[in-house]
Amino acid sequence: MADFETPKLKEYPVIPNLVDDVMKGSSPFIAKPLHNEPLGFPGELVEGWKDKAIDKMEDLLGKYRGLQVYLDSCVKCGACTDKCHYFLGTSDPKNMPVARQDLLRSVYRRYFTFAGKYFPKLVGARDLDKGVIDEWYSYFHQCSQCRRCSVFCPYGIDTAEISMAAREILDTVGVGQKYCNEIIAKVYKIGNNLGLPEPALKMTLEDLEEEIEEETGLPVKLPLDVKGADIMLITPSADFFAEPHIDGLKGYAKVFHEAGISWTISSYASEAGNFGMFIGSYENMQQISTRIREAAIDLGVKRIVHGECGHAWRVAYSFWNTLIGPFDFLDPNYPVPQHICEFTYDLIKKNKLNIDKTQNDHRTLTFHDSCNVARATRMGDKPGGQFDIPRAIIKAVCNNYVEMDPATTKEATFCCGGGGGLLTDDLMEIRVKGAMPRMEAYNEVVEDYGVTNLACICAICKSQFSKVLPYFNEKGAPQKFSMDMVVSVHQLVYDALVLTGQKFGDELDAHVAAMEAAADD
Amino acid sequence: MSFLSVTYILLFYAATIILFVGVGRRIYKYAKTPAPLKIPTMPAPTTKVGVAARLTREVVFFESLFKANLWTWIFGWMFHASLLIAFFRHLRYVVNSDTFLIGPVIHWHLLQLAGQYTSFTLIIGLAGLLARRIFVDRVRYISAPSDYLMLLLIIGIGVTGALMTFVAHTDIVALKDFVIGLFTFSFSALPTSLLLLLHLGLVIVLMIIFPISKLLHAPGLFFSPTRNQVDNSREKRHIADWAKPLDETRGKS
Ligand code: SF4
Ligand code: SF4
Ligand code: SF4
Repeated sequence: MADFETPKLKEYPVIPNLVDDVMKGSSPFIAKPLHNEPLGFPGELVEGWKDKAIDKMEDLLGKYRGLQVYLDSCVKCGACTDKCHYFLGTSDPKNMPVARQDLLRSVYRRYFTFAGKYFPKLVGARDLDKGVIDEWYSYFHQCSQCRRCSVFCPYGIDTAEISMAAREILDTVGVGQKYCNEIIAKVYKIGNNLGLPEPALKMTLEDLEEEIEEETGLPVKLPLDVKGADIMLITPSADFFAEPHIDGLKGYAKVFHEAGISWTISSYASEAGNFGMFIGSYENMQQISTRIREAAIDLGVKRIVHGECGHAWRVAYSFWNTLIGPFDFLDPNYPVPQHICEFTYDLIKKNKLNIDKTQNDHRTLTFHDSCNVARATRMGDKPGGQFDIPRAIIKAVCNNYVEMDPATTKEATFCCGGGGGLLTDDLMEIRVKGAMPRMEAYNEVVEDYGVTNLACICAICKSQFSKVLPYFNEKGAPQKFSMDMVVSVHQLVYDALVLTGQKFGDELDAHVAAMEAAADD
Repeated sequence: MSFLSVTYILLFYAATIILFVGVGRRIYKYAKTPAPLKIPTMPAPTTKVGVAARLTREVVFFESLFKANLWTWIFGWMFHASLLIAFFRHLRYVVNSDTFLIGPVIHWHLLQLAGQYTSFTLIIGLAGLLARRIFVDRVRYISAPSDYLMLLLIIGIGVTGALMTFVAHTDIVALKDFVIGLFTFSFSALPTSLLLLLHLGLVIVLMIIFPISKLLHAPGLFFSPTRNQVDNSREKRHIADWAKPLDETRGKS
């Protein structure tokens, strides 16, 4: 494990006292020219970066009303100061949302406002220099763009918007983040974040089909590039082979199978994730999602269903229509896109799924509201459906369900600590510390109610929690947190859903034996 | 008319122009700048009426602040509510008690009576905010000198106002003539009282800095996309003018 201390989990949340500059040293790896250039950004820090950065700021101020209004409107009331999980986990004052905004606002004031031009000291304005750039790079990569702060700000000031703008300015002058930019370059080249090419994807899906058949005795398919299918599934590529994501994918397959609906995955658009949002780049976000439009047209599908992913569902739900709409070529009777949870919930409501809840009796669940799903999207037709529908699914397939502290769920949910382009090993410290507030609430239900599993609907949350949970085990004490506590909501559905004709016991054993015999031939 | 009266008259006109032109230009800028993406903080209303209700709750009750921090909410709300009442009370310098607005909408005498004491709630609210700024380390950290000065400025306005109400009365009949003179361009002299000069001077400063300071939060709230957008992105295509040409080039990299 790395050379920092995992924060202690306290029984009651405490607002820390400020400790200046503790996280000053936290910066992700810088992108190399080969990561930046495919995105249309200069390879490295450009000549005249200062003027270019100010020009870019001006450009963004003219394009994004939010940015302009938010930079002007903050009254420094301090209401947001204790709302960021990174501040709570690190005590670094620059991780207080308003202080993070001020890193950019101070420069905005200096170059774009009367007060900042003539009385910089009075209003906390400062010149842009290399130190400021470094500071931006560090602290705007300690924000997961989770928007928790915007819930509590009296003007709705959204630090995520400020972070995105700052990252775009940095990219424009050649200071990109390796993790995000490298991944986006992979999407352009291969079609997904993981760089998983079509043959590998095909093999993975076939393996999964075999696995499901071994578990159910039925030929449940995970079709790839099937023209004319009704539904195209867009899901984060982590679902294709990361744990526990993959069990969620098996869940979707089982649900589609039982619904008797034809569906397909696209190898051209084999990624729901869209890191263009993290770097604040409208153009890249649009370019990445365009693959989905193209694939849908090419495959001639009628509907698009979206897998479990937080930021990707934000892009899909809130931005697709803007970026790659209109969707006049799809069936207007269904929402575009439709979340897999909406799809499954619909079947549950219509009583179309045969559920054996006892299959999940060995688990006691709690649910982590992914911040992007919670605060940036909706499911169903009522506001708040994004909270109710996943919970309704879990309760429909599990007998034991417990809520975490309401101060940490729904719209007030704490981010897992790994969102917004921070899910990289070079940011392990901030990831672990940022997970602390969520972990405190989780620890409480583990202690008080014997919760065994944390259900998520976000690929990043799943990866992040799998990685950071073990950090919170106390040395010497029996292990309390393990990576397999993390489950996909559709993994729970998979385990409880009994397919029509599903085989069990001896019948299943016989079927598996026959499969193996056939494979040996 | 004295030199002082003339100065104040000129300052009032200048400040009024700066206030309205400055804020007007800012509002124009906000209105003209598009919000290219749908970013309401969810859960958000799915209709325009719902958005109007959300904004009303923010303006009237400071709903988000209430969720965030009870002390800041109490002091902040107390201060703003007092400001509103003080504003109405000051209408007596401009209009008479029988003006059409007053009767049915506002109870004139009650307003005048309650209005006297709002200077206290105003000062208590502001003092609370100032105390938080000084004693809560997080709030102190984010405060610039201007943030303290702003509070002191409004406290100054409140204190001078309260002193005139309770300690050293001004000639309000003469003052009313002065104020009406400003509106009707038939000027009359400003009663000379140090407190009044201070009170009005500070108000003039407040008007002048309004458009170049964080006081822009007042119009800002109405233009905040996280608060004023309808949650209907799947149903209705939302697109900014500058983004429209990108529809043509998307996918052709
Ligand atoms: S809550 Fe909003 S207005 Fe208050 S300090 Fe934070 S960002 Fe500024
Ligand atoms: S968006 Fe989330 S991570 Fe960023 S400052 Fe706000 S609360 Fe912190
Ligand atoms: S990873 Fe999950 S919790 Fe974290 S930022 Fe994304 S949606 Fe939020």
